Amino acid sequence: MKPSSEAKEVVQGLTPIERVRLAREPGRPQTLDYIEGLARDFFEIHGDRRYADDEAIVTGLGYLGRNAVAIAGHQRGRSTAERIRRNFGRAHPEGYRKAARLFDLADRFRLPIVTFIDTQGAEPGIGAEERGQGEAIATNLVLMARVTVPIIACVIGEGGSGGALALGVANRVLMQENASYSVITPEGCAAILWRDANPEKVAAAAAALKLSAQDLLDLKVIDEVVPEPPGGAHRNPAQAVALLGAAISRHLTKLSKMRPQQLRRERERKFAEMGNGFLLRSTARIGDSTA
Amino acid sequence: MREEANSEQPRTTAKLARPAPGAAPGSARQPSPDALNETPSAPDRGNVGQDVQADIWVKCPGCKEIAFRKEVERNLNVCLKCGYHLRLTVEQRLAITVDRGSWRELFADLAVGNPLSFVDSRPYSERLETARRASGRNDAIVTGIAKIDRRVTALAVMDFNFMGGSMGIVVGEKLARLIDHARARRLPVVVFSSSGGARMQEGALSLMQMAKVSAALGRLRDARIPYLSVLCDPTTGGVAASFASLGDLNIAEPGAIIGFAGRRVIEQTTNQQLPDGFQTAEFLLRHGMLDAIVPRHRMRATLSQLLGILAPRRAHKSVD
Repeated sequence: MKPSSEAKEVVQGLTPIERVRLAREPGRPQTLDYIEGLARDFFEIHGDRRYADDEAIVTGLGYLGRNAVAIAGHQRGRSTAERIRRNFGRAHPEGYRKAARLFDLADRFRLPIVTFIDTQGAEPGIGAEERGQGEAIATNLVLMARVTVPIIACVIGEGGSGGALALGVANRVLMQENASYSVITPEGCAAILWRDANPEKVAAAAAALKLSAQDLLDLKVIDEVVPEPPGGAHRNPAQAVALLGAAISRHLTKLSKMRPQQLRRERERKFAEMGNGFLLRSTARIGDSTA
Repeated sequence: MREEANSEQPRTTAKLARPAPGAAPGSARQPSPDALNETPSAPDRGNVGQDVQADIWVKCPGCKEIAFRKEVERNLNVCLKCGYHLRLTVEQRLAITVDRGSWRELFADLAVGNPLSFVDSRPYSERLETARRASGRNDAIVTGIAKIDRRVTALAVMDFNFMGGSMGIVVGEKLARLIDHARARRLPVVVFSSSGGARMQEGALSLMQMAKVSAALGRLRDARIPYLSVLCDPTTGGVAASFASLGDLNIAEPGAIIGFAGRRVIEQTTNQQLPDGFQTAEFLLRHGMLDAIVPRHRMRATLSQLLGILAPRRAHKSVD
C-alpha cells in the first residue's frame, strides 16, 4: 500500500523538529495497539525472574498470520495512570532483562522475533543504575546479534539511544515515515553541544542529528521506510497498524526462508558495516563475521 | 620477539615522544617507579586544576593537595596522600601496562570525515582536526597487540582527552577489527575504557557502533577467548551500555565513575538527591555490577594473573 499523494505532501513539508513532534504524538498507535491489531492468541509474559515486571516493555508470544512469533516492545501508555505505571516507555534494567528472556526463548524454540521501538530512552535513575542499566542493554545487544531466528524491529515512535537499540539489533529495521531514531534527543543534544535548549537550538539539533526515517535509510541504519496514513499515524491508527503489519509480513515471509546460521551471519554483517562507508582510509574488514 | 622489534618504534609513542625519542612504553615485570616519566604528558592533556601551573604542579581532585607532578607520575598518577587515581594518557597507560617495546599498533590509519555534515557551534570536522592535532592520532582509541608480562594480548586503550573518549565509527570499527583479529589469532582481549559515551556528532551511526562491537564480542565469546574489560574514569553512556560491561570479567580502577546516564540527567529526571559515591566503582561493586576493583599498582599483575588462568599457553607468541 502506498500513501496518498496528499500525505506525501504533508510529510515532505516537515522540518526535522516537526517530525520529532509527530513521532511523539500521543495518539500514535503503540506496541499494544499493534499487538491487538496484528497478533492472534497473544500471551503476555511478565517479569525478568530477577527483580520485577517492568511494564515499560511488553513481551509475549502469539501468531502473526500463520507464524508463531515472539513480540517485545516499549509501551509508553495513554492515560496518565498508565503512563506512570509504564514509566512513559522508559525501561529499567528489568525491562531489558525481560526482553532478553524472550529472545532466548525465541531462539531455542525457533520463533521469529518482532520488536516495536517506542522510547525516549532507557530510564535514567538511581534504581536503574544500581541494577545495571548499562549491563542490561549491553547484554541484549550481544544476545540479539547471536540468535539464529529472524528479527524484525519496527521504530514506531521515538527511538531514543541505547534504550531503543536494546530492541533494535535486527535483520530488518523498519521505520515509520514520521518516526525518529537518534543517539540522543534533540533537547539533550542542544543542551550539551549548544549549551542551550531553547526551541531554535533544539530545532537545529534535530536537523543536525539526521534522525528522520529517510535520512537513516540513506545512512543504511534502517532497511525500509514504512508509509503512514495521510497526516501521520495518529490520524488513522487502524490504517497505520495495517500498513506496518503488511511490511512485517512481507519481511517475515522472506526471512523465514533463510537458514539459522545465515540469519545470524546476515545480521552480524549488516551491523559490522555500520558507518564504514564513511571511513576515509582502508575499509577492508579483517576476519569478517564467519564464526 | 623478532629482531626488528627493537628497531621499530611503537607507533603511538613515535608520534608523541617529543623530548624523549627513546621512550618506549612498557617496563619489565613490574611497572618501574619512573614508568610515567618515560613518556611525557603534554600540558594541555593533564587533569590538573587550571589554576595550578600545569607543568610542574598537580592538584589532586580527591584531597585537593598540591604536589609535584613528577612525584605523582612516579606513583603511576595516584595521589600520594589520598590514593586518588588521576586519569592517565594513552601513552602513560601503555607504559605501565605492556612489556617494553612490545606494543604494535593496528588500524591506526582509520579515520572519518564528517559523515552527517554535523555543525553545532563549530563544524564537527574542525573539532576532529583540533583533537587530532592535540593527540597525534586519528580518533579516541588505540588498538594493537602487545605483551602483558610476556602474554601476547590484543589491547585497546581509549583516549578520554580525544573528544571525551566518545565512540563514533572509528572507535567502533577499530574495536570490532581488533576483536575479530584476536579471534582469528586466538589472543585474549583487554580493553581499557574511558569514555563519555557515543559521539553525538555522528548521530545514529555512533549508536550503531554499540551493536557492531557487541556483535564482535559475541563471536569472541563463542570462540571461548577471554575478554577482560577494565573500566577507567569515566566510563558512561553508550560505552558503559556496550563493550565495557561485556567483559568475561569487568574490573574497575578505584573511584572511577561508571554509569549509563549522566549525573545531571538523573538529578533533573528524578528530582532526587543522589546518594554519596553514586556511580563510583565502589558503588557498582556493592551492587554486584563489577567483578573487582583493582588499584593501578596491581593492575598489570592482576591482568597477567587472570590471563594466565583464562588463556594459558598464550605466552611466547609473537606480537607481529
